[in-house]
Amino acid sequence: MSDAFIAETITITGDGGTEIEAYSARPADPGKQIGGVVVIHHMPGYDRESKEHVLRIAAEGYNAVMPNLYHREAPGADPDDAAATARANGGVPDDRLVGDVKGAAEYLKGLPTANGKVGTIGYCSGGRQSFLAGVSLQIDAAVDCYGAFIVGEVPEGLPLKVGPIVDKTPNLSCPLLGLFGAEDQYPSPDHVKELEEALKAAGKTYEFHSYEGAGHSFFSADRPAYRPEAAVDGWNKVFEFYGKYLSA
Amino acid sequence: MRTMCTYITEKVAVSGSAKGASGWFKVTDGSVYFDHPVHAPEGHTLNIDFLAPEAGPSARVAVELTAESARALAKAIESVLDQVPPGLA
Repeated sequence: MSDAFIAETITITGDGGTEIEAYSARPADPGKQIGGVVVIHHMPGYDRESKEHVLRIAAEGYNAVMPNLYHREAPGADPDDAAATARANGGVPDDRLVGDVKGAAEYLKGLPTANGKVGTIGYCSGGRQSFLAGVSLQIDAAVDCYGAFIVGEVPEGLPLKVGPIVDKTPNLSCPLLGLFGAEDQYPSPDHVKELEEALKAAGKTYEFHSYEGAGHSFFSADRPAYRPEAAVDGWNKVFEFYGKYLSA
Repeated sequence: MRTMCTYITEKVAVSGSAKGASGWFKVTDGSVYFDHPVHAPEGHTLNIDFLAPEAGPSARVAVELTAESARALAKAIESVLDQVPPGLA
């Protein structure tokens, strides 16, 4: 076993059999079969910061892959231009997201070092999409980092074409880790509470942490929203959770 | 400071031209939104994208302004247009 890893842009088969760009990072020689993680990027897109999350997860001993969810609208475009296009179009359709995560999970399961377990993690809009993947696909562990609109309607007049999916909670196929900022408004503490109630009612395994003094996007090290204490503790929680549910 | 993704977006049809990374192009669409900036060192900014969707995602001129300066800009635009002699605009 060594600490070397491989990180590269690859092509995976996404929703509808479409080839899409993805960023993959994997331990080069883990010395054992390991779990995989699909990283679902935030609304600002498939950017450098999100790629750093992929690297972090690989450095902790997982095969990780992040599909470029905006590849279809904006192949080859700068991440910020791609995100602007996706925003103008109302975001990523839910069906397509599920198909892309499924493709990413299949890629991970097909790796020679795979142990067959696959988790998801998503930030911002990706937090909702991580939950969406968990209620739509057979996943082993899902992490939702401050995902908005799992609970609650999108305010009228916004072009965002997503709706609440809390009613799908009974279909959740795996344990859920939720990491939230107590000062966030989307999702607000009330939204988080409603999701928790739904998980309890459906008898699902979950673990929620809300950080005081933190708001939305507290993992974003390059933004003013970064909260080091919440982010450091949050990362520890993520790897404890994956250690429990993605081990062979 | 409150931090959140606001998702507040208004789209507007615009007619004119903008100069982007590969020169001038005709713009047809605008997006105005208040959310996290890509570059400005602020939690949230008023962002304007001038777009030409037919020419692809890279046909985009983007600005990220503090709320205060965006309001000043809006006022300045109105003020200039108000001063235009009749028949020109």
